[in-house]
Amino acid sequence: MSILTVENLSVDIPLAGGVLHPVRDISFSVEAGKTLAIVGESGCGKSLTSLAIMELLPTAATRSATRLDFAGQSLLSLSERRMSDIRGDRMSMIFQDPMTSLNPAYPIGDQLEESLLRHRKVTRREARDRAVYLLEKVGITAAESRLGQYPHQLSGGLRQRVMIAMGLMCGPELIIADEPTTALDVTIQAQILLLLADLQKEFGMALILITHDLGVVARVADRVAVMYAGQIVETGTAEQVFREPTHPYTRGLLECIPIPGKTAPGSPLGSIPGIVPSLIGELHGCSFRDRCELAHEACAVPEIIPMRELDARRGYRCVLDPRSMAGEIAEAGLQ
Amino acid sequence: MSAVIAEKEPVTALETVDVRKTYHVGRGIFSGGRALHAVNGVSLRVQEGSVLGLVGESGCGKTTLAKMLLGLETPTSGEIRVLGEAVGSFDRKRMARRVQPIFQDPYSSLNPRKSISSIISLPLRVHGLGDRAEVARRVAEIMELVGLPRRMAECYPSQLSGGQRQRVAVARALIMKPEVVICDEPTSALDVSVQAQILNLLQDLRTELGLTYIVISHNLAVVEHIATEVAVMYLGRIVERADTRTLFRDPKHPYTKALLASVLTPEPGLGVPDTRLGLAFPNPVDPPSGCTFHPRCAEVLEKCPREAPQMRVVDRTEVECHLYN
Repeated sequence: MSILTVENLSVDIPLAGGVLHPVRDISFSVEAGKTLAIVGESGCGKSLTSLAIMELLPTAATRSATRLDFAGQSLLSLSERRMSDIRGDRMSMIFQDPMTSLNPAYPIGDQLEESLLRHRKVTRREARDRAVYLLEKVGITAAESRLGQYPHQLSGGLRQRVMIAMGLMCGPELIIADEPTTALDVTIQAQILLLLADLQKEFGMALILITHDLGVVARVADRVAVMYAGQIVETGTAEQVFREPTHPYTRGLLECIPIPGKTAPGSPLGSIPGIVPSLIGELHGCSFRDRCELAHEACAVPEIIPMRELDARRGYRCVLDPRSMAGEIAEAGLQ
Repeated sequence: MSAVIAEKEPVTALETVDVRKTYHVGRGIFSGGRALHAVNGVSLRVQEGSVLGLVGESGCGKTTLAKMLLGLETPTSGEIRVLGEAVGSFDRKRMARRVQPIFQDPYSSLNPRKSISSIISLPLRVHGLGDRAEVARRVAEIMELVGLPRRMAECYPSQLSGGQRQRVAVARALIMKPEVVICDEPTSALDVSVQAQILNLLQDLRTELGLTYIVISHNLAVVEHIATEVAVMYLGRIVERADTRTLFRDPKHPYTKALLASVLTPEPGLGVPDTRLGLAFPNPVDPPSGCTFHPRCAEVLEKCPREAPQMRVVDRTEVECHLYN
């Protein structure tokens, strides 16, 4: 059963130079207990997508969607009051940068307890016990004594774990984690991801993992959505997307990363030339065409390239047929 | 410079002999403070033209070591030699000509109010090298070398993408023609496609200019790709050192094994490994007794908490662990 269904979600931000379209017609769904990874580079709209779902967009931005259902309830027409009942309780978010998302003026204990006190009828004592329980769960030793500490007294890794504990306080059905491990050491990263997976199993949470780290995606995601320039350009299971990437952008990304044991040390890495296009004003054709080695006339059509289905649960946004693409890549390589 | 490399005898570009750095962490104005051994006896030798990868968790002292190599911190004891000359005898400027840094975050390491040409030429102006025409010529030359279009010379950092900013940082480091470049997490603030471009650039420049790199990174895939040898640091000490191939094929120290196990390669279906390290990185003010890694070690022996291990050479690896005594 899908806990969150998003159809044709767009975000527009009016700027002096025209309207910016950072998120364009995104559709996906997440099932209970499963992990969807949204992967893409900075500026592709992945963070704004998550903010749009939580309705935490900046005031200038407008959100539109044909469907935005969370646990059988539409979020589109919900008042801010009703939305804030859901936010932090049934749906919570782990933000990317714990230094700026924790309040420096309050001890972490207060900040942890806040969401439980807001959403549940619990005493201070009970909230405190829950905070200690979760801090221990996320691997913070001497949790009791940490409650009185301020964010600046904790290291980056500890702050990130506090953020995760905070997201779990009310036992949400859906967690949106925006780059939860980017700032951490590899050893801690592995442990935090393992922990998230355990907690997910234990509480049956759905997880939307937003990241640019393809290694993390491959290891933890059930389904993957690759974003580029505000659009989803490829979806499928992790297995499908990594074993048989279809969209030229996905292929390019995978060639960029050195893989120990596979990439010859010191050999030049693949790279994607050029930069992300501006998303201001009217957009048409394929957004990746300026950087794509397989681009041709059909990529510059006046319409937006539609999402095509390879099979029921695997989509890609490219005019080329994936079966013929291998041949074209070989040709482009020869030229 | 390439002629030097071709000679039989390799030249040591950079050497540290039992370098230590101790900070005193105060607990108040009246107590004397407690000693924090950020770097606790590091001896390294980097051959000219090679790339040393320095890996370890945050707080292990890799950045302190890098600062000392750059001359930004003075070691409490021990000696650092650049091309055979002790650094203590250098003044700051002379050091800066030979060793240059590339920092992690190109968003905060470039002055937002200076133009690109002014940022890149600053080292020349500080050292009083060349007149205006000469400076302009060298800026144009280095910008071309790192792949920055000439029209960007009068741009400001805010007008550049992350990859372009990091190219500016590389250009600024190389304009003095240093022998050694210290790259502290050179690509971790960048997107993967840009990371690949910068890594390719660093590789090309190394072969072209015969540079020596020390690459500090927590991304082991990057280190494996770019480094010729790797040193693993834990709580201020180098616990294992070997050439890259050996270290990645046959890691000896349990900590290195755990580090390598936690690298998430993009291979679906493998899941997240359990490194069994435990979450707690020890408090460096109050390090564990004996081998400082013993509380987190999966292969701990009886004597580990009592006795600190000595550096041994096993096969072609230097390792500091009781398992190999």
